[in-house]
This record gives sequence, structure tokens and C-alpha cells, in this order.
Amino acid sequence: MTAPPATAATAPAHGGGAWRLVRAELRRRVSLQVAAAVIVLFALMAAAAPLISSLGGWGPEEFDKSAVDPYLGGLPLGPLGGVSAEHWLGVEPVTGRDLFARVVHGAQVSLLIAFAATAIVVLAGTTAGIAAGYFGGRTDTVLSRLMDLTMSFPSLIFMIAMMSVARDVNRILLMVLVIGLFGWPGVARVVRGQTLSLKHREYVDAARVGGAGPWRILARDILPGVAGPVIAYTTLLVPGMIATEAALSYLGVGVRPPTPSWGQMIAESVAYYDTDPMYFLVPSFCLFLTVLAFTLLGDALRDVLDPRGSRS
Amino acid sequence: MILYLGRRLLGVLGVLLAIAAVTFTIFYVLPSDPAAAACGKACSDERLEAIRAHMGLDAPLWRQFADFVTGIFTGRTMGTGQYALRCDFPCLGYSYENSENVWDLLVDRLPVSASLAVGAAVLWLALGLTAGVTAALRKDTLTDRVLMVGAVAAASLPVYFTAVLLIYGLIRLTGLLPYPQYVSLTSDPLGWASNLILPWVALAVLYAAMYARQSRSSMIESMAEPYIRTARAKGLPRRTVVVKHGLRAGMTPVLTLFGMDLGGLLAGAVITESLFGLPGVGRLFYGALTSGDQPVILGVTLLAATFIVVANLAVDLLYAVVDPRVRY
Repeated sequence: MTAPPATAATAPAHGGGAWRLVRAELRRRVSLQVAAAVIVLFALMAAAAPLISSLGGWGPEEFDKSAVDPYLGGLPLGPLGGVSAEHWLGVEPVTGRDLFARVVHGAQVSLLIAFAATAIVVLAGTTAGIAAGYFGGRTDTVLSRLMDLTMSFPSLIFMIAMMSVARDVNRILLMVLVIGLFGWPGVARVVRGQTLSLKHREYVDAARVGGAGPWRILARDILPGVAGPVIAYTTLLVPGMIATEAALSYLGVGVRPPTPSWGQMIAESVAYYDTDPMYFLVPSFCLFLTVLAFTLLGDALRDVLDPRGSRS
Repeated sequence: MILYLGRRLLGVLGVLLAIAAVTFTIFYVLPSDPAAAACGKACSDERLEAIRAHMGLDAPLWRQFADFVTGIFTGRTMGTGQYALRCDFPCLGYSYENSENVWDLLVDRLPVSASLAVGAAVLWLALGLTAGVTAALRKDTLTDRVLMVGAVAAASLPVYFTAVLLIYGLIRLTGLLPYPQYVSLTSDPLGWASNLILPWVALAVLYAAMYARQSRSSMIESMAEPYIRTARAKGLPRRTVVVKHGLRAGMTPVLTLFGMDLGGLLAGAVITESLFGLPGVGRLFYGALTSGDQPVILGVTLLAATFIVVANLAVDLLYAVVDPRVRY
């Protein structure tokens, strides 16, 4: 695929003013406040997982045989999948592991992977995009070809395959790298287009005439100009990353049990969807809420920071 | 145009070769030794060597790759002596698991995955575009808000969640539909559709939401172009303006998305197929992963890549048809 030519001039979002706009938007719309609150809540939950789950009194890998009924195929005792003062969100069938503790620790794994993968994607994508857009010529040709090639890979199939062949490595690290490997071209394209439209603006030419070297121009003039779209794009990347992690873990090639992640919990609970719906709904709902919150926030950020939209 | 097409076809070939090389290196260099697996526990060194030679695993990696690529274009003879096996064009080798021809396996499973992908695609295009264009034309009204909130919510639902909801609601609870069992289109068209309707919907919900969002924003953008004002000023009916002028130009980003999505799904929707128990390419792939069946993994990956690359090419060519401003 040939990269589309850079669309007409886009106004770069400038530091201070843009943030004022974001804050104003946040104050104006309640849905955004809720979305931001959900994100903060889950992020806190993930960051302080051991602390929070200790409030409930159970560890994520502790069995509680007294909470399940051995005569009913190990289904939880009590209503709503075993919700009680002891187990706030109920327990897993068969093992009796505490769902609250597992979902909190699952948040840690899921969000850690999603954030780390996003960081890699954004860093690599921005670097490649700026280099391709600013230096042009052969650098651009090589990088653009590389983007096209990476985008032609059947990414999910490839991720699954790579995750399944690598055996004795840190699963979380591997997952971050594998997801990151296929994500960077999207960011790179956005940044490349933005850089192309910026590099011959008057203020950049003025800096060049003033004797600024390429690195100085890149850091002082180009980077702030691409920051707006990148931030918006990044927020919209996170839900995709969370969903990808969940999909991989769901398919059994992600984190290994007993480490919980949302996708892996959902995979285990699918078999119980009609006998113990709570078990299935708790991790599904967490996944849904987080993805939804990031999408809402990302949409709003894009409207503010990237008015003409760099969606390619 | 011819020149452009030729150049693009060469590019496609190059990309596929590169993907094959990467896949080959990753899956053949890795620790698992298929010869040892085939040989079993009580395995003498000589026998292991013989099996290696028969599988062609004793040759250097580049040689194996060269053989593999030649096999795709001309067919090849695998093994030597009395065990020699002729593998005809297009040869993707034999499964380690059950010694079946990989190409035959793929051809066998493809109709299922293609039925799933194409059916879902029709559904999500119809739903997504209608919702997106409606929202764009009624920008900032209640209709727009409701449609877009619905789209954001639907886009956040993982496919396994939608699938389980559908299975529970329409199969377990009410018994309205049968549990999907693939029947081929040619033998029983009605049965084909009624069995696939749930997987279609499950898959289409997510994509329809994404397409609604994308088509809304590109439609808003294209409706703001000066030539739309010109068309209106000429006195063209609103319908013509929207469909022939607005929609055509607004569809290019959607088309790009569509090429990638359909190409990616044609070679198997792994999760959807396994949830509904459909025997498609995705299931084949998943099974091959669990047993370390490298020829099958390589075959599916190449098939998927081919679909994606070809779909992208088709989309680029279609641009010229859809958007009169594009010329090659």
C-alpha cells in the first residue's frame, strides 16, 4: 500500500493552550469524568493489587475448599456465585479461589502488559515516523516499506504463533514485545504524515535559517507539533492492547496459570457461563469497562488535540 | 495503470517471500525437534538421523527454505528412495501430525472460514455504514448521540463476550436457533445461513461498531468539502449529493479498513471459530499450534498473509473506481 499523501495543513496543538482545552472539556462532560474515574480506579487497583486484595483477606492463588460444593461439581456455595462477607465477588468453581483477589491481580497483569506495549509502540512509532517524515529520501523509503511489510503480517495469527513456540521465557515480557512488534506502524504513519506537514512551516524554516541543527529542530519544533495527535492516538491504542492481551490469554498462549489476567479468567469461566454466571461476568465486565473508558477518553482527546484528525 | 499493476504485483510477491522467510526462520529454528517427536521415545541415533533426512531437516536452513519456496511454485519430491513422496503444485509440505497434505487441509477448511468472514462482512458493512452515515448526516442530534454511544459500547465488547451472550440467549435459554454446525452452502443454503447467523452476528457487532465510527467521521469530513456545496448549489437532489458525492469520497478510509479486516478474517477467526465449534482454518491453526505442527502453522500464516496483501492491493485498485480524484 502506498502511504496516502499528507493531508492539508493541520494546526499543531500547542502545549499550554491544548491542555486548557482538555481540562475544559473534562469539566464540561460528565461521561468523561466517569471514564477518567474508572481509569484511575483500575490503575490504582492494578498498582496496589497486593494491598487491595489483602483487604479482602484472600490471596489470588489461595484455595478455599469450604466455599465450593463438592457434590455439585465444585460450584460455589451460596447465591451469586458465592458472594459473601468473606468473598466479596464470590469464588471460582472447583478451586474456591477468591474472585475479588483474582480480578484485582488480573488488572495488574492486564494493564501492565497493555501500558508497556503501548509505551513501546508509541516510542518506536514516533521515532520511525519522525525520521521517515523529516529526513525523507532513502530513510523514508526504507521505513515506509518496513511499515507496509509489518502491516501485511497477519498479526493476531503471528502473535499467537510466536507466543506458543517460545516456552521458557518471561511470558509478560514476551507478550509486551510481541504485541509491540506489530503495533508501531500505525503510530508511525500518523507521525510521518504530521511531520511532513510541519517540516516546511515558516517557524521550522526560520529555525533552520537561524542555524539550528536537525536534532534541535526535531526536538524543539517538530516533536511538540506531533505530540497532540500522538497523545490522542495513544489513548485510543490502550483499549486495543488490553483487548489483544485478553485475546492471547483467552486462547491460552498468554500468561500462564495460576497468574490471573482478565482474558485468562474469562477463558476459564466460559465453560460456566450458565451454571455460575457471576464467574464469567466479573472479569468480562472489568475488561468491558476499562476498554470503554479508554475509548471515550481517547475520542475526547482526539477531538481536542487533533482537530482535523490524523486517522489514516 | 498496467505499469502500476505490474509493480504492485511484484511488490506483493516480495512481501509474501519476506513473510515466508520470517515465519520459516521463527518456526524452524526454535527448540522443538519434530523429528524426535515423530521418532518416539525408544529412538536410536541412526533412526533419528534417517527421519531427519526424510523430513529434509538435515539440510541447512536456507536450503530448506529454497526447497519450500520452489515447492510452492513447481511442486517437489519429498524424501528419498522408497519413501519418496511427490507433492504437487502448490506444495506446502505435509502435516507432521497426520501426514496430510497441508494445501489439501487448507482447501478443505477454507470454505468454513470464508463463509464466516464474508457473511459477517456483509452484515457489518450494512449495519456500520448505515449507522455511521445516518449519524454523520444528523450530526449533533439525539440520533447521532445515541448511535455513537451504542457504537463505542459495542466496540468495547470482546467477541467472546458477545458470543457467549448470544449462545446463552438464543440457544440455551430460548432454543430459537440450533447450536451452529457447519453445512456447506451448495448442499443446503438455508441451513448454511441459519447455522452461521450467530457467528456472523457475534463477529459483526464489533466490526460494525468500528465501521460506524470511522464512516461517521470520514462522512462528516467529506460533506464539508467545497464540491459538496457546489453540488447542492447546482440544485442536485439531496440523495444524489449524499450518495454520489459525499459517500464516494468518504468511503476511501473505510475501504482501507475493510481490505485489512476482511483479508485478516478470511484465513480464520481463531476465537470465533473455536467458540462456535466451526471447523475452519482458525481451528486448524489452533490445533496445529498445540501439537507443534510446523508445516500447517507455516501454511496458515502464508495463506493469511496472502489474503491480507491481495485484499490491500484490491482496495488500492478500487480507490480509483470509488474516488474519482484518485488516478494511477
